[in-house]
Amino acid sequence: MTENQPNQEEASKSDRFFEEKQGLAEIDRKLKEVNDAREAPSKLASKIKQPPGNVLGLAMRVSVEVVSALAIGFAIGWSLDQWLDTRPWLMLVFLLIGGAAGILNVYRMASGFGYGDNYGQAEENTEDKGDLRKEE
Amino acid sequence: MSAEKHSPLAQFEIKQLIPMQIGDLDASFTNSSLFMVLTVLGVSAFLVLGMRKNAHIPGRWQSMAELSYMFIANLMKDTVGNEGRAYFPFIFTVFMFVLFGNLLGMMPYSFTFTSHIVVTFTMALFVFIGVTIIALVKHKMHFFTFFMPPGVPMYMAPLLIPIEIISYLSRPISLSVRLFANMLAGHTLLKVFAGFVISLGLAGIAPLVFVVALTGLEFVIAFLQAYVFAILTCLYLNDALHLH
Repeated sequence: MTENQPNQEEASKSDRFFEEKQGLAEIDRKLKEVNDAREAPSKLASKIKQPPGNVLGLAMRVSVEVVSALAIGFAIGWSLDQWLDTRPWLMLVFLLIGGAAGILNVYRMASGFGYGDNYGQAEENTEDKGDLRKEE
Repeated sequence: MSAEKHSPLAQFEIKQLIPMQIGDLDASFTNSSLFMVLTVLGVSAFLVLGMRKNAHIPGRWQSMAELSYMFIANLMKDTVGNEGRAYFPFIFTVFMFVLFGNLLGMMPYSFTFTSHIVVTFTMALFVFIGVTIIALVKHKMHFFTFFMPPGVPMYMAPLLIPIEIISYLSRPISLSVRLFANMLAGHTLLKVFAGFVISLGLAGIAPLVFVVALTGLEFVIAFLQAYVFAILTCLYLNDALHLH
């Protein structure tokens, strides 16, 4: 009895140690699962790139994009006219360019590349080109 | 007097609280400044006091503080990637400032400083200039290829480059106008419909119901616009770090 006891105790101790280790591995695995699950939805970039909003919000965003580009075009043309004394021609030209830029803004916004000036698929291509350029 | 008081735009009036004059500059402490200070204090209190226990198992308050941190951290991870980490404090500050400013403005008798184009445009300009400097430092002269989309024939350049430049310059305007216009329109609409409630008498129940619904919508917009401001800043930052 007296000889057995420490052995038993040791055995149970190592058992417990083993169990604990298993438990830790289990926790590790579960944590990983949870983290993966948390990361998975965030990988849906489309969700991020198109913030929720109603139709009114969309109309608002579109008009803001167009008007801001037009305003910048007008400002550039108008100040160039002041400087070069060519009123009103440059203003007209830059208003047109500003309108084009506004349409471009809207196109980028609507085509799912988010609000930024990303070129979506073109981005991947240029990455390859960039690497080539570096090699040159 | 009463007509003036009930004007839907009266709520946006700037009032001097402590007049100050620096040279020719009117640097008075206004109700707008007061609410900015309150916002900064509110955000600081929310985060610092929320985290003061620093518990392993967060309570409600700490959860909220951690949630807002994780929200922006994930947003940056998705849009900018790992290089964006250095700019996390800035984005987080901007987001919390705009969010708390919008939410503070939802309280009765308060002032919404985000409904003023001066405030939002200043923030947008800081973002714009900062992002441009980051891009210039990181890519040097290579930055200017940003205005020439890849795969475009050379003869299109004289037309496309001005378009791209204007598109780039329009960023701070669209960024600031979006936030300011949303807040301004929402608060004006609320006040207009609130005015109908009294003047319509018993039939005023209809606008009252509408105002209640609109208040809910305004809370959504308050959050959404802060989110949009943050995500746009992130996307601009992403463009600056990676060009295209």
